[in-house]
Amino acid sequence: MSFFLDIFSVVAVSAGAFFFLAGSIGLLRFPDALSRLHALTKADNLGLGLIVLGLLPRAGGLLAALKLVVVWLLILLASATVSQMVARVARRGGSPS
Amino acid sequence: MTVVSALAMVLALILLAIAAYTVAARRTFAAIEGFVAYGLLLSIAWVALSSIDVALTEAAIGSGLTGVLLIGAAARLRTTEAALSAERPGAPLRWLAAASSAAVAGGIAVAVLSLPDPAPTLAPAAAEHLASTGLGNPVTAVLIAYRALDTLLESIVVVFALIGVWSLTPDRTWGGRPGPEHAADPNGILAYLARLLPPIGITVGLYIFWVGADLPGGKFQGATILAAMWLLVMMAGLTDTPPISRTWLRILLVAGPLLFIAIGFGGALTAGAVLAYPEGYAKLLIKVIEAALMPTLTLTLALLVAGAPERTAPP
Repeated sequence: MSFFLDIFSVVAVSAGAFFFLAGSIGLLRFPDALSRLHALTKADNLGLGLIVLGLLPRAGGLLAALKLVVVWLLILLASATVSQMVARVARRGGSPS
Repeated sequence: MTVVSALAMVLALILLAIAAYTVAARRTFAAIEGFVAYGLLLSIAWVALSSIDVALTEAAIGSGLTGVLLIGAAARLRTTEAALSAERPGAPLRWLAAASSAAVAGGIAVAVLSLPDPAPTLAPAAAEHLASTGLGNPVTAVLIAYRALDTLLESIVVVFALIGVWSLTPDRTWGGRPGPEHAADPNGILAYLARLLPPIGITVGLYIFWVGADLPGGKFQGATILAAMWLLVMMAGLTDTPPISRTWLRILLVAGPLLFIAIGFGGALTAGAVLAYPEGYAKLLIKVIEAALMPTLTLTLALLVAGAPERTAPP
C-alpha cells in the first residue's frame, strides 16, 4: 500500500513541477502582460495543487494534511486577486513592460 | 553528496544570484523585486537550518513589511528616478564604493571562516535555564527574558521610526490622516478579499503570537500579520487610516513599551534586578508584556506603511 502511495506522491509532485516549469516558460516567452499572467496563474495554481495533492499521503496526520490544503486554498485566493488587479492595470495601459 | 546538501547548494547559489541581481539592477523597482525574492528564499534557507523563528521573522518583516515600505518609497521616487540615474557618480566615487563594500563583505567572510569548529554557542546555556522562565521556546526566552533589554529598545525604536515618518508631515495636514485616500470599488475584487481574508489572517496572527511561548512564533511575526490585515482593509477603501491626532491611537502606541519599562523597573523591587522577573511569575509577566506590545507593534507597523499624514481630518 505504501509503495502505491509513494508512486502516487512522485507522479503528482512531478506533474506539479511540470506545471511550474510550463508556467515559468510561459512567463518568459509569452508576448504581452495578459497572456503572461494567464500562464503564471493557471499553471502555478494547478502546479501547487498537484504538489499539495502529492504531499497529502506524506503529511503525517489529518491536521497536517488539512493545513496543506488550506495553504493551497489561501494561495489560490491571493493569486486570483492579485492577477485580477495586475490585469486591470495592464488593460488600462499602465503596464511598464 | 546527499540529496539534501545538493538542494542546499542549489538554494545557496540561487540566493547569491538574486543578491547579485539586486545589486546590479538599474531600475529601483527591479531591485526591490530582487530584494523581496531574496528574503523569501532566505526564509526557506532558515527553515532548512531548522531556525523556524528566524524564517518567520524574515518572511514577515525582512521580506514582507520591508518590501512594502520599499515599494512605497520607489513609487514616490518614480518621478525623479530618470534624473537620478542620469547623473552618474564619477569613477573614483564608484571605485571607492565598490572597494568599501568589498572590504565589509571580505571582513565578514574572514570573521565567519575563522570561527573555531564547532562555533562557540550559548544554546546549551539558553536551554538549561529555560525551565526558570516557564517558556517552551528558547528563542522567546532569549528575546524577552535573557536579553529583554534588546527587545525593550527594539520596541521603542519602531515607535521612534514612526515618529520619524510623522515628522515629515507638512504643517497644514499635521494631525490628519496618513496616506492617500483609497477609493477602491466597494464591489471589486480587492474589497472582496479584504472582507474574506481578515478573519483568517487575524486568527493566524493571534495564534502565531500566542504559540510563540512554546513553539516558533511571537509578537513581531503575529503583529506583522495583523498589520497586513488592517492595511488590506484600508487599501480596499473599506475603512480609513486614523488621524494621528487621536488620543486613543497615541496611548496605544506608547502603552506597550511603557508597560514593558514599568514591569522592568518593577523587577528591581521584586526580583533584585531591572528587567528580572520574580520567581514563578516569569511566564505570566512575559505574556502580559507581549500582549501589551501586540497592539503597539500592529499599529506602528501598519502606520509606518501608511506613511505621513496627507489629508486633514475633522477634529
